Amino acid sequence: MSQLLEVSGVSVTFDGFRAINNLSFSIGAAELRAIIGPNGAGKTTFMDIVTGKTRPDEGSVRWGDMSQSLLKLNESQIARAGVGRKFQRPTVFEDQSVYDNLAMALKKDRTPWGVLFSRPQPADDTRIRELAEEIGLAEQLDRKSGELSHGQKQWLEIGMLLAQEPRLLLVDEPAAGMTLAEREHTTDLLKEAAKTRAVVVVEHDMEFVRRLDCKVTVLHEGSVLAEGSLDHVTKNQDVIDVYLGR
Amino acid sequence: MSRSFFARNPSALIFIACLALFTLAVTVMSESIGSGAISTSFVKTLGKTLCLCLVAIAMDLIWGFAGILSLGHMAFFGLGGYMIGMWLMYARTEAIVTASMANAEIPPTDQEIIDAIGTQIFGVVGSSDFPTIWAFADSLTLQLLMVVLVPGLLALVFGWLAFRSRVTGVYLSILTQAMTLALALYLFQNDSGLRGNNGLSGLQNLPGADAIPQADISLWFFWASALALGLGYLLAAWVVSGKFGSVIRGIRDDEARVRFLGYSVEGYKLFVFTLTAVIAGIAGALYYPQAGIINPAEIAPIASIYLAVWVAIGGRGRLYGAVIGAAVVSLLSTWFTGGQAPSIPLGFYTIDWVDWWQVLLGISFVLVTLFAPKGIGGLFDYFTGRLPPNRHGADLGPDSGSLQEQEAEQ
Repeated sequence: MSQLLEVSGVSVTFDGFRAINNLSFSIGAAELRAIIGPNGAGKTTFMDIVTGKTRPDEGSVRWGDMSQSLLKLNESQIARAGVGRKFQRPTVFEDQSVYDNLAMALKKDRTPWGVLFSRPQPADDTRIRELAEEIGLAEQLDRKSGELSHGQKQWLEIGMLLAQEPRLLLVDEPAAGMTLAEREHTTDLLKEAAKTRAVVVVEHDMEFVRRLDCKVTVLHEGSVLAEGSLDHVTKNQDVIDVYLGR
Repeated sequence: MSRSFFARNPSALIFIACLALFTLAVTVMSESIGSGAISTSFVKTLGKTLCLCLVAIAMDLIWGFAGILSLGHMAFFGLGGYMIGMWLMYARTEAIVTASMANAEIPPTDQEIIDAIGTQIFGVVGSSDFPTIWAFADSLTLQLLMVVLVPGLLALVFGWLAFRSRVTGVYLSILTQAMTLALALYLFQNDSGLRGNNGLSGLQNLPGADAIPQADISLWFFWASALALGLGYLLAAWVVSGKFGSVIRGIRDDEARVRFLGYSVEGYKLFVFTLTAVIAGIAGALYYPQAGIINPAEIAPIASIYLAVWVAIGGRGRLYGAVIGAAVVSLLSTWFTGGQAPSIPLGFYTIDWVDWWQVLLGISFVLVTLFAPKGIGGLFDYFTGRLPPNRHGADLGPDSGSLQEQEAEQ
């Protein structure tokens, strides 16, 4: 089976600092993957490249069945192609209700004209309520999302990602600042999502990665250091030296 | 979900009702068909104020809702005025010239009439030929079309260049100031084709309506302005009420996030920028026939800054706030600078409001920014209970809606 996303030989330099160095990475259509690595390993830069925020100096990023290059597309085109991204900090539209946040994310026509003349559809309403149920915010639909707790905002953002119906989900430190119960709920959400699509989770927290129970990629100084199950990579001497040993 | 537009936007209904009552009240007190309690010149002032309210709505759409602080929208307002002014001036001069040449022994040819009109209009800048941009000046339909097209196209081209390069924030504001300044400087030149610093004048006289008293004409324009304001308000309320409003407020609060949701942020900005430029153009086309004269000083950078001040004082991010701000500040400005406000003798110095009004306006702007960021419109929240969530702490980011101190610590 061909891969959904194939990143090969990608390098990027910021003012002489090589943030990503000849990185190759690929993920299948329905797979959960965790990316770990020390600070400055290039985890966030990797996401920036895939989502079109940063252009690499060399290398290729191929996407989907047609092996389309993502490097020619801008952020919104990549998002429409099916890549969803969750940022480290919860970024929801605080001034708007949970309902409006989810409605905005629903996979629909996104052109200005189309949106201007769109009318609320009953099917969308049902979908939004389903999603809210799934992320545990059914009771909060009419509240402004600015009033939600930190954990609820994280879920809302995951809900918005699911509403986008992406084929690949990039999730940056979803468990940061969450309580234990909140973490468990988040793990369930991500595992559930990975049944139908590819999910890449960037995480610092080993416990959280262990709970995800998936293949792990270790990044170091902008390239892949090791790849495999968590137990496999934690036994790798290189990984111990650069990351776990500290 | 299936509730009507007015049920979802009660403020729009209230606004339309207030506007209708106001229009009716002015009509029954007008000199034209009412008691005459309001002078014709004041009817004109009120009509002009309604046009300023309309351009303030445009400013609120682009700034308060889409978060783009454009300091160039009065350029579009002025262009709208110039476009209608060209027809008014041409048609009226044509009528005068035709009348005076009708008594000539040899009937004048069409070319002679056009030359005579040219001499009349452009004599003041030492020319008599019609520049190319006056090609459609003899047609009301085409000039009305240009009221919409010229500001719209300028906004489209300027916006496309600016937004495509991802110019945002204060840099965009400076760029829009540069645009309006460049346009004003260009129009100040005598060979710009729009009579340089003389501008277009005599616009209050409608061609072929010499027999109709100004009292009637001023009331017609007042009605037209009220209608345009009402329609403009409904249009703006409709644009911001649905999902489109959600998206542009999203762009205001977190542009990058909207982009990663798959929306083409540049496309939305360009759409709102062009739409508001068109609204501003229409407002200008109604304003200048009531003002009677337009010259390049009207689109100087300061005019657009005043526009932003009105919207800030009225309360941005809510349409009625923009209307209140524009109406209150421009009427107060008329009162203070018209010499009607009594001077305050302090013994050693007399505060003359004609000079001190701008200081007062400046101080009010600073006070509103510091102590009432929601402006006058924010007062309505106390009646409707629409208060913001208490988010404990100051904004960490530049905009309201960004992460706040204590949230970040959680």
